[in-house]
Formats: sequence, C-alpha cells, structure tokens
Amino acid sequence: MAAINTLQQDNDTCRDLVAHIIDKAKQCGASAAEVGVNINKGLSVNVREGEVETLEHHNDRGLGVTVYFGQRKGSASTSDLNMNAVDGALQAACDIARFTAEDPCSGLADEALMARNIPDLELDHPWDITPLQAIELAQRSETVAREADARIVNTDGASLSSVRGSSVYGNSHGFIGAYNTTRHSLSCSVIGEQDGNMQRDYWYSVARDSKELETPEAVGGRAAERTLQRLGAVKLSTRQCPVIISADLARGLLGHFVSAISGGALYRQASFLLDYLGKRVFPEFVCIQEQPHLKRALGSAAFDSEGVATHSRDIVIDGVLQSYVLSSYSACRLGLETTGNAGGVHNLGITPGEQDLQGLIRAMNTGLLVTELIGHGVNTVTGDYSRGAAGFWVENGELAYPVEEITIAGNLKEMFMQIVAVANDVDRRGSIYSGSLLIEQMTIAGE
Amino acid sequence: MSTALDIARAHILSPAGLEDRDLDGVMSSLLGAAIDNGDLYFQLSRHEAWSLEDGVVKDASYNVDQGVGLRAISGDKTGFAYSDEIILPALLEASKAARSIARSGTSGSLQSWQQRSGHALYMPENPLDSLQAQDKIELLQRIDGEARRQDTRVKQVMVSISGVHDIVMVMASDGTVAADVRPLVRFNINVIVEHEGRREQGSAGGGGRFGYDYFLQDSRAEGYAREAVRQALVNLEAVDAPAGNMTVVLGAGWPGVLLHEAIGHGLEGDFNRKGTSAFCNRIGEQVASPGVTVVDDGTLPERRGSLNIDDEGSPTQCTTLIENGILKGYMQDKLNARLMGVAATGNGRRESYAHLPMPRMTNTYMLAGNHDPQEIIASVDNGFYAVNFGGGQVDITSGKFVFSASEAYLIKNGKLAEPVKGATLIGNGPDVLTRVSMVGNDLQLDAGVGTCGKDGQSVPVGVGQPTLRIDGMTVGGTSG
Repeated sequence: MAAINTLQQDNDTCRDLVAHIIDKAKQCGASAAEVGVNINKGLSVNVREGEVETLEHHNDRGLGVTVYFGQRKGSASTSDLNMNAVDGALQAACDIARFTAEDPCSGLADEALMARNIPDLELDHPWDITPLQAIELAQRSETVAREADARIVNTDGASLSSVRGSSVYGNSHGFIGAYNTTRHSLSCSVIGEQDGNMQRDYWYSVARDSKELETPEAVGGRAAERTLQRLGAVKLSTRQCPVIISADLARGLLGHFVSAISGGALYRQASFLLDYLGKRVFPEFVCIQEQPHLKRALGSAAFDSEGVATHSRDIVIDGVLQSYVLSSYSACRLGLETTGNAGGVHNLGITPGEQDLQGLIRAMNTGLLVTELIGHGVNTVTGDYSRGAAGFWVENGELAYPVEEITIAGNLKEMFMQIVAVANDVDRRGSIYSGSLLIEQMTIAGE
Repeated sequence: MSTALDIARAHILSPAGLEDRDLDGVMSSLLGAAIDNGDLYFQLSRHEAWSLEDGVVKDASYNVDQGVGLRAISGDKTGFAYSDEIILPALLEASKAARSIARSGTSGSLQSWQQRSGHALYMPENPLDSLQAQDKIELLQRIDGEARRQDTRVKQVMVSISGVHDIVMVMASDGTVAADVRPLVRFNINVIVEHEGRREQGSAGGGGRFGYDYFLQDSRAEGYAREAVRQALVNLEAVDAPAGNMTVVLGAGWPGVLLHEAIGHGLEGDFNRKGTSAFCNRIGEQVASPGVTVVDDGTLPERRGSLNIDDEGSPTQCTTLIENGILKGYMQDKLNARLMGVAATGNGRRESYAHLPMPRMTNTYMLAGNHDPQEIIASVDNGFYAVNFGGGQVDITSGKFVFSASEAYLIKNGKLAEPVKGATLIGNGPDVLTRVSMVGNDLQLDAGVGTCGKDGQSVPVGVGQPTLRIDGMTVGGTSG
C-alpha cells in the first residue's frame, strides 16, 4: 500500500521542515520557536446492506508553528506543506507576535524536561490491507449482525478504517522527536424493531495492531446483541436510586475529572475541584494512575506536545488528589512544574476492582444500569451534571427491562465521592481507562 | 465587482497553474468506466482567532487550509479522495483513487459546463481584513473592561473573536460550475463570577457572514458583555432544578435548538432514504400541533447558517419541513435526492474538501404564532421556563433528543419565580411538537453562534423560534 512505502519519506520531509522553520524563525528574530508536523494516510470503507457505500482515501497533512519574541507569542498553521505555504505560516505567526501582549509564562517548556531517550512504545503496526479486503471484513461484520435475529430490520452499516500517521515535533532547544502510529478500527451499527419502535446500537473495536482487533463476527454479534437488548424500552418514573455507569461511559465521567484538574480550568478558576490538591476527591479505595509508556496502547506517548518526557505517575492515591494535569504554561500560572500533559493525558486509568459487571449488577441489586448518555449537560465550574440516558432497570441483581427517555442528574463532586465499586471490565479504547462504576445514588427524571 | 467564480479561479486555480482543460482532463479521469457522476470541490480557507484573558491578548492564531476533494459515484456507492496539493498530478492520482469504487454501472458522461450563480446573501469579502490587528485587540480589551465594570463579583473574563474567509468552487459532472466566497465571524465572551465561595459562569456572543465591524455597530459587543455577566449573576442565585415531567415554556431565539434536535436531524434525507429515522415514511402525517410551521431556510441574508450555494453547487432555498402541524418534506443533497426520486433542496454540505457532503441543516426555525409571550407564561400554574441553552443531541432512530438549559426559572401561579440551575430536557422528537399548546408572536433567530456536528463533521448553522408552551417534557434536575 502506498501509505507504507512513502512513510519514511514523509518522516524525512517532516524532520526537514521542522529544522527549516526553526532556523528561519531565528533569522526572523524569534527568540524561540516550536513546530509540529503531522501526516496521516489511510483508508476507510463503509458497507451497508452488504454493499460498499463509501470508500474514502485519507491523506491529511498539517504543520503548526509557534514563535516567541521574548514573552510575546504568535501561532499559525497550514495544511499545505510546500515551502511557500510553510514560510507563509511562519510569517503569519511572527506578524501576530508583534501584537500580542507579553506574558511571563509564555515560552517553551524547560529544556531540562525534554525527552532524552525515546522508548519504542510499539505504536506502529502498518496493515497492508486492500480496499477489497477491508470491504470484505466490514461485510462479514454486518452480515453477522443482520442475521442475528428477525427483529434486526435495518442497518447503519459496518465500517473499517486503517490510518497510519507520522508526527514530528521540534523546538529551538534543539529537541526533535518523531514517531509513527497506526490506528485500525472496525465498527458495526444495526437497527431493531419491535411494536413499531426502532432502536439502534453499535459496537466497535480499535487497536494499534490489527491483530488485536476483535473479529468482524464478534463486533457484529455484539452490535446486534446490544440493539436487541434495547427493544421494548420504557420510561421510568422520577426517583432516586443507585446507578451503574457502564465502562465505555465511565471513561467520559473520568474525563470530567480530568477536565476539572487540568491546568487551564484551574488557573482560570473554572473548576469545581479548585484547591483540592492533597484532599479527598474519591472514596478511600480509589487509585488513579497515568501510564504513558504502555506498549501498543492508544493513549501512549514518550513525550507530550511540548517535547516534555512523560512518566508514570499517581494522580489519586487512596482517594486523595496527588497531582494535577498540566502543561508548562498552566504549570507556570499555578507556580508548579509541568506534568507532561500538554495535549492531554496518556493512559489515565482507575484501578479496577475484583468483580465483573455481573457482579456489580448483583451488588447494586436494585437500580439503573446506564449504557447510553446523550447531551452536554456538564458544568465544569460547578460540577452540576444532567444528561439524557438509556439503559436497563435492575431488580434483584438482574436486568429487568430496558429504559429510555430519562435523565440522570447529580453533582460530579458528590458522584465521585459516592463511587461504591469499580468493576474489572476495563474499556481500553481511548486514552482514559475505566471499568463500570457503581454510584450510590443519583436523581432519575422520567414520567 | 468580481464574481465568486472569478475570485475562486484567481485564488485557487491560477496559483496552481490549473486551466479549464486541465480540469476537464481530471473530470474525464474521474468519470472512467462505470462511474455515473462525480464532482471536484476546491477550497481555500483562512481562519484566525484572537483571544483575551487576564485583561490582555496573549494568544492568537492564523490557519490556512486548502485542498481539493474528488468524489466518484456509481449507483449508491461513493468513492472519495482528497489532496491538500492543488496540482495536476495530485488531482489525477486522487481521481484514480476515487473512481476505484466502481465495479458496475454505466459510464458517466460530462454535461457541458453551465455556470450556476447562487444567491447574493452576503458580500464576497475577507473578514480577516475588516479590522486592523491593533483594533481587534482594542475591541477585546474594551469588552473585557465593560464586563468587569458591570459587577465586582466578576472574577474572570475570557473574550475571543474569530473570522473565516472561505472560498469554494464546485465542478460536477452534471455540468455545474459554481463558486462561493463565504465570510464568517464570531464573537464570544465567557465570564466567571464569585460570591461567598460560590462560582458560576455566563456566556454570550454572536456572529454571521460579514466583517468584524458588525460587532462595533450599536455597541453590540458591549451588549454581549452585559448579557454574559447578567446570566452569570442569575446563576449565582439559582436553586436546584426540578426533576420530572412538567409544563415547559421555551424562550424565543436560541432555544430553537429544540427544533434542530427534535425534528431537524430526523428529516435529513440520508436517514430517510435508509429508513433509519423515526420520521421515515411519515410525510403527510400530523407530527406537530396545528399552527406549528417549521422551515429550513438557507437564504436569509448574512445569517451564520446561510449559503449562496450549498457545497454541491445547488442554490440554497427555504424548505418547509412542517406546515400547520403536517410533515411536508425532507432536506436533501444530490445523492439522496436522486436515490429517493425527489429534487435536491440545497442542503448538501461538508465540513471541508476532506469530507464527503451529506444532507445538513442551514437555518431551522418555527414561524411566529399569535400569543403574547407574557400571556404564555401567565397561562402556566407550575412549570419550567428556559431561555438559554447549551448544546443538544438526538438519537434519530429512537427519536429521543436532549438539550441542556443554561438559564432557567420556575413558573409559579403564572409568574416567573426563582432561577434554577441548568438541567437537561429530554423528549421524543416525533411527538414533542404535538404537545405545543401556544406559539408566541415573538419569532427570533439566534445570535449566530450555532455549530452542528454529524458523523464527525461540523458546519455552522442557525436556529430560531418564538416563545413556546409545551404541555409536558421531562426536566432532568435533581430536586424532587
């Protein structure tokens, strides 16, 4: 496949561009500069009703440059990597820096923090797959889902996507770091009908290495199973009860925690977790770690988007907040040191418990299992939380019936403290990991 | 004055040394064996953003994104490739990749080129040049001062302006040649207030398809600052929102996000062709109360959701979705219109050259009724009145949708009572509008801040509505 053959060339192109821009920025009078270049190539196919619907060839490129004139800063980016366009972007960044105000915290990350030894995290596993092969895998997945049950009456199709990317970051400390990554995914979404009401659900698998993808049959089977389980959903009456947030959604809930302890929210005083360092945020059994160097993981990175070396670290020990999520800028604003999180977190996870989801459901006995959340009703300033939900009512430790058109609401600060248990069904399909979470009590609004 | 097509040729094709006969060659290559039709979408987009915090502008960015997307269609199969290099060899290579979709079907033929002129809803200007850099900074600083002057409880002020100068050109095998120059600006302010240890936020903004001078007229930007502070101070007083089913009154304007989520997405042509929408096969049925009329109108002058042509070169139009409670029509792009045997409605939109077009909304709103808004509130004994919202989301298959209030009040005995915290409202798209019992005479469109996401693609949109009374929606608060 073309993407594989040309990648080394892309990598060299990126390195040359980075070196060129940094040199040229200095010539323009910049006291410091940093450049990131990304090239992504790949394909995605979508199959519906057994036939290919779309075949897309991806070829995305981008270069971003930031220049510093003392404490003044300007940024620009371009999708065109030809020299004229790149020089144009540099010029635009320099022009901006003539107007921006001085900021004592502005600048590159500390030189001493740059990643020195860049470990091989095994993130690059090219998949030499042709469009026809990709179509066939998606077809197999969709076929299994469609044939699972007569109540599966329609389909949104199945998709396979395979992308390989080359990223280079460099700055005027002399740091230059490059890595290649791959990301392959297979997804399937089907529609069931019962008593004239339709329900849709989906499943997906994503991995750095295609060998670690779930089989097409497993993805299709799980999509059909999830759709069928939702048929016949009813509303609940308004009540307060225990709630289990399924593992794939628990990642989002932990994401709100990450937002609240992120430097940007903290120095702007826009977080419900201001001044919580060293204080209890979760119950005593909860530990949260970041592990940026996990081999083959989706969130792994040897250095952050400022070139700062990443390290494994504890964020929550025995329920107590140990550290924030900081870039060099936000760290400076808070009088702290960067945590290597410019650009986000890398494999942040809550330590799983002993029991599986079934065990968690038995432990809850009566309450709500949430398997879908919609909407954006999360306020990071106050922690107020209110979102649309669907899932299952649980009675006597077993799923009783599917429910929909309800909301769950609470305050994140209280919800975190009310986590009763974490299951071991950890979902690793992102840069934040969690098992399903049992929360002692939330408000359900319905009929 | 230059036409949009002249501008597109001068900015996109000429610098690349591309002439019409080159593009004919690319189109012929694209329309190889078994391809029914295809199109080329050229784009040059310049974007800038200036932002202020701590009282100074410390950060700004400028971005150039350009490229060409090539689409080849064979029956209902689409092959797609794109390149950020607008040069002939890259175009020819992409055309080969795109047409590899074909395995059966007839060979398409190129119709003779026909220049399609779109509307002239906005000026083909570059909004980035509409204000000098120093003036942009002064504007942001003035608004920061205005916000802080409102109240001593204002602790943080973040203000930003952004502008886009987007030039697009479409060439399609049906003979369409069309271009559009699309200015778009946006102003946003977010404030955090603090009182006795409690912190709340408020935000406001606006924009549209014009230059930055819009924000200088009539002290508009100062108005945003005062509005953001007002909202934040209201939220300082807010008590827990109620939980459960109750009568809901929605304010005019931005609360029209209700229509976007509850019915808009469900009426997009692709979902209805595939039979995956809760609104499938319901044309002609009653889906709203009598008196309720909803349109999608891409032809409103200077609105954020308006376009002179859509991204397939079709002129936009005003499409009636619901007329007097009866479902009338869907929003279509060319592909879905052809496959459903109906006319395209100018709703074919894409985020950029690197994305495939699909049916999308433009400005979606409900026409005014005849009730005074005060009369609507006075008609409610016990209810929930929401005037500002964050985003929303919908599951088009089950029809369930949400939208989240950011400023709301209780109604007690026909009068507005205490403010309540934000809460998500949830309902069922195909029947929520059948519970609309009063429609206000105060139709307003939103201030020009909406962005809609679908299949990972974002496009600017508008919404609007008059004040509405809905007899029963689920309000997702925490207080019994």
